[in-house]
Amino acid sequence: MGTTTGTAAGTRDTTGSPRSRLLGVVTLLAVAVLGVLAFVLTDPDVRIHPTTGEEFGQFDAVRMLYVHVPLAVMTYLAYGICAVASVGVLVKRTPWWDVTAHAAAEVGTVFCGLVLVTGSIWGRPVWNTWWEWGDVRLMTTLVLFLMFTGYLALRRTTDDPRRQARRAAVVALVAVLDIPLVNRSVEWWENRTLHQRSTIGELKIEDLTLFTLFFGFVTAGLVLAWLLLHRFRVGWLEQAALDHGVAAAIAERHAETDDAEVLRSVGERAAGEGTSGDGEPGS
Amino acid sequence: MGPFLRDAWLVAERDLRIEARSRVVLHQVVPFSVLVLVLFGFALDADHRTLRTFAPGLFWVAVLLSALLAVQRSAALDRADGTDTALRMSGLSPVALFLGRATAVFVQVVALQVVLVGGLLVLYDVAVEDPLLLVVAGLVAGVAVAAAGTLYGALASGLGVRETLLPILLLPVLAPVLIGATRAFDDALGAAAVDGWSWTGLLAVAALVLTVVGASAHGALVED
Repeated sequence: MGTTTGTAAGTRDTTGSPRSRLLGVVTLLAVAVLGVLAFVLTDPDVRIHPTTGEEFGQFDAVRMLYVHVPLAVMTYLAYGICAVASVGVLVKRTPWWDVTAHAAAEVGTVFCGLVLVTGSIWGRPVWNTWWEWGDVRLMTTLVLFLMFTGYLALRRTTDDPRRQARRAAVVALVAVLDIPLVNRSVEWWENRTLHQRSTIGELKIEDLTLFTLFFGFVTAGLVLAWLLLHRFRVGWLEQAALDHGVAAAIAERHAETDDAEVLRSVGERAAGEGTSGDGEPGS
Repeated sequence: MGPFLRDAWLVAERDLRIEARSRVVLHQVVPFSVLVLVLFGFALDADHRTLRTFAPGLFWVAVLLSALLAVQRSAALDRADGTDTALRMSGLSPVALFLGRATAVFVQVVALQVVLVGGLLVLYDVAVEDPLLLVVAGLVAGVAVAAAGTLYGALASGLGVRETLLPILLLPVLAPVLIGATRAFDDALGAAAVDGWSWTGLLAVAALVLTVVGASAHGALVED
């Protein structure tokens, strides 16, 4: 569960481990290969109109979808992990669930921001606009991003850690209710979106295009896993530092007072009470 | 009336009685909401045609901004003199507590809407084409605003930065309510050719979900 990093907080100055470094190297290689596949090897989307013979399609803009679509799916996954961990916070009430929820929300929000940016870059040549207010999926994704921005703002407040964990869990569980709306908006409000319906299930895209898209999913999944792992470890170290700080403060308080002095003062007080007033102890 | 509803009504009655005596919403929030309508008029150069076209959206932005103040006021009531601790110790069910607070906020939001509709009629020169739709959509959206506001008010309660945090948390949640309520009012005020009743149906779903989630989650927020 990554707790070894937490216990070794005093001896290690990195959140990396041999396995996470291997994961990092594999992830970097996957990102490089995806870049070559998406931006060099695959063909642009150029189609010929059957009657007029004119060229139409998304042309080179389609390359952005190999990044945009996997990022969107991994955003759902990260927020899904955050939701499950938030339920864990409310039921189990252990720091592990809280740190997991926080890590997933933070990484998910980075992914969600990238989804909006890559979508906007793709939309400029294809929809002829950076931003389309009438698109339901765009709006619901923006709302999701803003809700989790609020979640992260709540996380920055200074509050009792247990109470903050519960408050954040409630915010996360309300926010993820938006995910089904984002996902199904293309089908539910077909006439209020420029997004196309999902075609992966119907396998309309073929050969290297399909392979590149699935490789994009694998790569985005690796990036998500790597970021989650390290963000979790940072969170766990923060938790350990907090616990260590409390323990150190208690120890310091104990050290301030000599035990013999405490016993002596208790004895003096007991003797004083025994001889005070009308001579009846505790009266 | 069962003990559960009696508890909820007790809390709602208490909040409304405090408001009736202090008149903070009447003397501060209502003037603020009218002021927002007036400022929109200035910003749009007091053009009646433009104001009529955008009246539904401007109305709901004014409602949400004013409701934010009412929610902050409602949450602040329980922070004074350790009232929140007393309520926790009283044995009232957290669900009844939530429903009571939400009912009080709902009454205040509806009162705000009544004033603001008057503002639309007088200042923006709008005509109500479907009064029933206007009332139903206003009430249903009011439930959604009150439920979400009460939940997030309790959530931000006790934090030093609650005044700045509450809008960041609450307004994105209310964004879908803003969209649905604006479309429904577009139809009711004849500002656009949309099916207001289907948007009101969506508002009802949002209101139900926010009420159920708020009532379920309230216990986790007030238990310590």
